[in-house]
Amino acid sequence: MGKIKPKRVEMAKRPVEERIKSFDEVALGYTEEEAIKEAERCLLCPKPTCVPACPVHIDIPGFIKWIQKGDFLQAVKVIKQDNPLPAVCGRVCPQEDQCEGSCVMGRKFEPIAIGRLERFVADYEAKVGNIEVQPVKEKRAEKVAIVGSGPSGLVCASQLAQMGYKVTVFESLHEFGGVLVYGIPQFRLPKDIVKREVEYIRKLGVEFVKNFFVGRTRTLDELMEEDGYEAVFIGTGAGLPRFQGIPGENLLGIYSANEFLTRINLMRGYKFPEYDTPVKVGNTVAVIGAGNVAMDAARSALRSGAKKVMILYRRTEKEMTARAEEAENAMEEGIEFHFLVNPVRYHGDENGWVKEVEVIKMRLGEPDESGRRRPIPIEGSEYRIPVDTVVVAIGQVPSPIIAQTTKGLKRHERRGTLLANEKTFATTKKGVFAGGDVVTGAATVILAAGAGKDAAKYIDYYLKNKDKPNIWEELTNS
Amino acid sequence: MGYKILFKEEVGPGAYRMIIEAPHVAKNAQPGQFIVLRVHEKGERIPLTISKADKENGEITIIFQVVGKSTKHLSLLNEGDELQDFLGPLGMPSEIDNFGTVVLIGGGFGTAVLYPMVAAYKEANNHVIVINGARNKDLLLLEKDLSQIADEYYVTTDDGSKGKKGFVTDMLKELIDKNVKIDRVFAVGPVIMMANVAKLTKQHNIKTIVSLNPIMVDGTGMCGSCRVEVGGKTKFACVDGPDFDAHEVNFDLLMKRLRMYRTEEKISLEKFEKEIQNG
Repeated sequence: MGKIKPKRVEMAKRPVEERIKSFDEVALGYTEEEAIKEAERCLLCPKPTCVPACPVHIDIPGFIKWIQKGDFLQAVKVIKQDNPLPAVCGRVCPQEDQCEGSCVMGRKFEPIAIGRLERFVADYEAKVGNIEVQPVKEKRAEKVAIVGSGPSGLVCASQLAQMGYKVTVFESLHEFGGVLVYGIPQFRLPKDIVKREVEYIRKLGVEFVKNFFVGRTRTLDELMEEDGYEAVFIGTGAGLPRFQGIPGENLLGIYSANEFLTRINLMRGYKFPEYDTPVKVGNTVAVIGAGNVAMDAARSALRSGAKKVMILYRRTEKEMTARAEEAENAMEEGIEFHFLVNPVRYHGDENGWVKEVEVIKMRLGEPDESGRRRPIPIEGSEYRIPVDTVVVAIGQVPSPIIAQTTKGLKRHERRGTLLANEKTFATTKKGVFAGGDVVTGAATVILAAGAGKDAAKYIDYYLKNKDKPNIWEELTNS
Repeated sequence: MGYKILFKEEVGPGAYRMIIEAPHVAKNAQPGQFIVLRVHEKGERIPLTISKADKENGEITIIFQVVGKSTKHLSLLNEGDELQDFLGPLGMPSEIDNFGTVVLIGGGFGTAVLYPMVAAYKEANNHVIVINGARNKDLLLLEKDLSQIADEYYVTTDDGSKGKKGFVTDMLKELIDKNVKIDRVFAVGPVIMMANVAKLTKQHNIKTIVSLNPIMVDGTGMCGSCRVEVGGKTKFACVDGPDFDAHEVNFDLLMKRLRMYRTEEKISLEKFEKEIQNG
C-alpha cells in the first residue's frame, strides 16, 4: 500500500454564513478524486476491526477496495448486500463510535473516513442513475407485515424481500421514512435521499402503504388472523415526547422537539405560507437537552429566523449525548451552550405565551446508573432567562398504542418499550418481532437498521420452522 | 386508496357534509373517533371527527365548517375529487355503556359529531336526551337525524329563532331543576360551552364527558401538539382522548392553545383567497 497517510481527506462544508440562512445540506460530500485519495489510505486489513463494529456488518474493506480501483458502482453493490440505506447511513451514522472508532489507523492517526466514502458511492450511484436490483433467487409464499417505515422497518423489509417474501410496509404518516423524514432535518439528510432509498426498496418488491395506522386502522391481530400475514416486524420507534413535568410547560410557544421538527421537516413549516403548516420561531429560542435531537432543533430554529438560540443542558459538555460533529456544527453556527442549568419553571404573559424560563444552576455529583456524573441542583441559584420559544428535547418514549391494541404483546412497565429477545427480536406474541427504538428506547438510525437486518434473519428462520413444536419458546429463550 | 369525495352538500352557512370513500377507515371506526386529512400535497394535517362510518359501503362522513385556509380549500372540492391523505380512525373510542339517562349536548358546530354518539348510546339501551344548540336557526345542524333518533330532543338558539331562547346550559339547567335523573352528560362544541356545561354539572355532581379538539399535527401520538391538562396532568388528546372527564379539564389553557397560530391562520387564508381571486 505504500506510505501511511496519517490525515484523512477533508470533506467540504457549506460556509457558516450561507448555511444558517437555508435548509440546504451542510456537508457537501467528496469528489471522485477525493474519494479515491481517501480510499487509498485504507490498509484493507485481512481481519478488519471496522466490520464487527458496524451494526449491519458492511464489508468495509470490500467496498473501499473498489473505490481504490475507481469502480464506484461495484463499491455500492457491496454495501447494499448488507445495507439498503447507504446514502442515509453515510450521513447520519455515528461512525466515530462504530466503524471509524475501531479503525486501526485511528490508533495512531486519523481513521479512514468510512462514512464519507459510503455516502460518496451512494450519491454517485444515484447521480449516474443506474440503481441496480438483484433478482430474487427463490420466491416464498408467506406474507410479512412491517409496521413503521423508519430505518429498522426499511432494512428489515428489504432483507425479507431479497429472501423472496411478500413484504408490506405500513406507515401511519403520509411520507415514508419515519424519523428520517419527520425528525432529521434537510440540512443533515435531504428528503430526496430518503425518497431515493425508499424507491430502491420498492424496486426490490416491497409494497408500501401509507396513511395506515396499525393499532387503529387495523389491529395487528387483524393483520395476522384475517389478512394472512404470518409474521410481523414492529419498528414503530420512539415518538411520544417526554416533558419534565414542571410548571408552565404547556404555555404557548413551548414545543416538544418532535412537534417542532415534524412541523419543520415533514410538514415543511420553514416554507410557510407556501406550505400550509406554520411553526412559531421567536427571536430568542431555548432548546432543553444536548442530544442529537436537541442539536437538530437548535440549528433548525436558527435557520427559521431565530436571532439567538441557546442549548440549556443540566450536565457539562463532556456528558452531551450529541455526536461531536453535530455539536461542533452547532457551535460553529453560533448556537450558545449553557451548561449546568436545568429549567424548573416557565413564566408566561397574560395571553399564555412563554416569556421566561427559570433555571437552577447544577453541579456534578457521583456517577449515576448511566455512568455519567449525576447533576445536582444548587439550592437558591435560580435565575430567569428571557425566551420567545422553547423546544424541549429531553427524549422520547414509544407510543403505547400498538401494545394496548394487540393481544399478548407485553411492554416494559417503566420504560414503555416492547419486550423482545435481544438476539432474535421475538416478542411475547407468536409470529411478532420488534426492533429499533420501540425496543431499546430512543437510540440511533444505524442501531435500528441493524436490528431490522438481524430480525429479518430470525423471521426467515421462524417462517421456515413455524410448524416445529415450541418454535416460539426456542426463539424467545435463546 | 383514492379517498374520493362521493357526496357533498352544504348543511348550513359555510358548513359542509362530505362522504369520503375510505373502506379501511370505515371498517374499524367507532363513535368518538376522528380522522386526519390533507387536502393537497403542501397541505396541513387537519383532524375532523367522524360523523358517520358506513362499514358496509366503506364510507366515512365528515362535517366541517370553513374556519381557515384548509377547510376553505376542502369546501371548494367537489364530488369525484380525491383528497391527498386520509388517516384513521384515530383516538380512543368513546366509552359507551348502559348508564341510564344520558344527555348529549351539541353546541354550534360540535353537533356535527353527535349523531354516532346518540346512535351508540341508544343501542346500549340508554334513555337519550339531545340538546342541540346554535346561534340561530340557520346554523342548527342535523335537526332531522337527531330528532328522529333521540328519546327527547330540545333545541336552543341564542336569538330565539328556534326552540328555547338561550344557551344549551339553560336547557340543561331546566332539566336538572325539573329533577330529571341524569346519569351522564356528553358535550361537544365550542370550548366556552363545554366549560359552562362542566361548571353546571359539577355543581350537581353529574359525570360529564367532553370531546376536545386541540390543534394536532400527526394525530398518532408523536408530537404533543394536542396536549391538554386534565386533572393537573398533561395528556395527549390523540392518544388519551379526545374524550375526557369535563370536571378535570383545564378549559382556559385549551382556549389559549387553540389561539396559538391565529396570525399564521390569517396570513394563510388571505393568501389563499387572493389566489382564488386571481384564478
